Amino acid sequence: MHGPSPRERRSPFSGKHMAIDTIDRTAKQLVLTIQDYSLFAARAFMNLFTEPRYWPEYLVQADIIGFGSLSIVVLSGLSTGGVLALQSAATLSAFGATAVTGQFVSLTMIRELGPVLTGVMVSGRNASSMASELGSMVVTEQIDAMRALGVDPMRKLVTPRIFASISMLFFLTIVADACGIAGGGLVTVFMNHQNGTQYLDMAWEHLRYPDIIQGLVKPLFFGYILSSIGCFYGMRTSGGTEGVGRSTIQAVVWASVIIIFVDFLLTQLLLSLFT
Amino acid sequence: MNVNPASAQPVPVEPGPGQSAQNPAAAFAAGQVVAFRNVSIAFDGPPVLEDVSFSIAPGETRILLGPAGVGKSVLLKLTNGLLRPDQGSILLFGEEISTMPEEKLFPLRTRTGMVFQEGALFDSLTVRDNVAYQLIQERVDDDEIDLRVRKALRFVELEETFDYYPASLSGGMKRRVAIARALIRQPELLLYDSPTGGLDPVTSTTIIELVMKQRDVYRTPSLLVTHRLQDAFTLCSHRFDPQQGRMVPLPQGETDPNTTFLMLAESRLIFDGSLQELVHSENKFVREFLE
Repeated sequence: MHGPSPRERRSPFSGKHMAIDTIDRTAKQLVLTIQDYSLFAARAFMNLFTEPRYWPEYLVQADIIGFGSLSIVVLSGLSTGGVLALQSAATLSAFGATAVTGQFVSLTMIRELGPVLTGVMVSGRNASSMASELGSMVVTEQIDAMRALGVDPMRKLVTPRIFASISMLFFLTIVADACGIAGGGLVTVFMNHQNGTQYLDMAWEHLRYPDIIQGLVKPLFFGYILSSIGCFYGMRTSGGTEGVGRSTIQAVVWASVIIIFVDFLLTQLLLSLFT
Repeated sequence: MNVNPASAQPVPVEPGPGQSAQNPAAAFAAGQVVAFRNVSIAFDGPPVLEDVSFSIAPGETRILLGPAGVGKSVLLKLTNGLLRPDQGSILLFGEEISTMPEEKLFPLRTRTGMVFQEGALFDSLTVRDNVAYQLIQERVDDDEIDLRVRKALRFVELEETFDYYPASLSGGMKRRVAIARALIRQPELLLYDSPTGGLDPVTSTTIIELVMKQRDVYRTPSLLVTHRLQDAFTLCSHRFDPQQGRMVPLPQGETDPNTTFLMLAESRLIFDGSLQELVHSENKFVREFLE
């Protein structure tokens, strides 16, 4: 490997060149990672439509992702709904409009916070576990052993996780929405001392099908994102146990960031479709 | 001393006495289980393997020697398509695998058995499910699976571990379970990646005895990676006696005719031949390694 020439070392622009080199390398690395991820995610998804399918693995993952995440989704849903009711009541009371608290909470939960919050919470729990579990299997050669035994790890490990995440996040979002509205209702009745029936009437009456469709389309995308990113970073782990830790961090960070970014794009798209 | 009949045909990288210069075409003669031709591979840097050519004949056990980090495990993973070469061609059971799509490689791999360096057992599965992994995927009947798993575990003398999880096994036991897993479908080729690495001498001897048992009882062709000369020499100078149920030394001056050596150094295959040729080699790397 050649170091910089004496002329380069003396050049006042050598630092600039190094910076450009670094940017160049990082940009190439980023493009390569996006390309690898796209191919990985597409292949994992397409496996759903061809044999062999591993249904027992799907059920196991559905239990881990769905039932396992239920408690955090219920708790975060209740709290978020409660906070929304508290905050909105404080603001709306200035305009004498506390009666619309129910509408505000239900629309916000169903259209936005339910899917996003569930996506981020589940990615914190499951994208990390997917990355660390698959990463550990990579560094201990269990993935290679599986391939050597004639089994495709993409079909056996990745596709069931993706399918389970998509389907379970859909139901978990409904649970989060319901808990959010319930949490808002509890705060409205017991802390804001307002009428519970009015809260529920407002929550129900102003709800339209496009709102529900918006809220239920998003978790399908978020489930795909969190699981494919978790599995992607897990399967490309290198560098022993330290590498497993690195993959786990990257999986959670990127899954959360991309969920929020895709939420913005989806909201734009769905709003333009329904208005 | 017996001269290995197989060693005269495969690619003599460093020609031994009576051997001609390198001839990759000869290695592709019909009937070879594995044939490498001018294989090279690199990972973001200098080549790990460069221009490697050799073959494995039916019934032949090839011992791949070389210092740590020279690319022995890489070569093993190239053999069943777990890695793909940058250049060259690899034939496995007569099929070109270097460009074969992954989906087509899976059925081909089921005809091979591989024992990984640390066993690579699946943590979440019992010994029974680990050993029966391929049979479970093929939806073989549970009773038959139990029967075949017990038979495979009896072969490695670990029948009592049937219901255990890998975490409760010692390093040596894990390797033996890994051998049972590799053998359960009676593979047509066995690949051993440093099966005795990091084990105490007694356990190493047990593992080598199992390798020898498979070689002499089932005549399965194999490629064994090791950097332990004593394991290699034991394999060459002993045979498994089914009557006594243990390995016994061959008569003085005799070696197993189907066990031959390959040696890697500095990314290249520097030796391909019999034990006799190995110990008389003038190659400085071979001499250094032996000494």
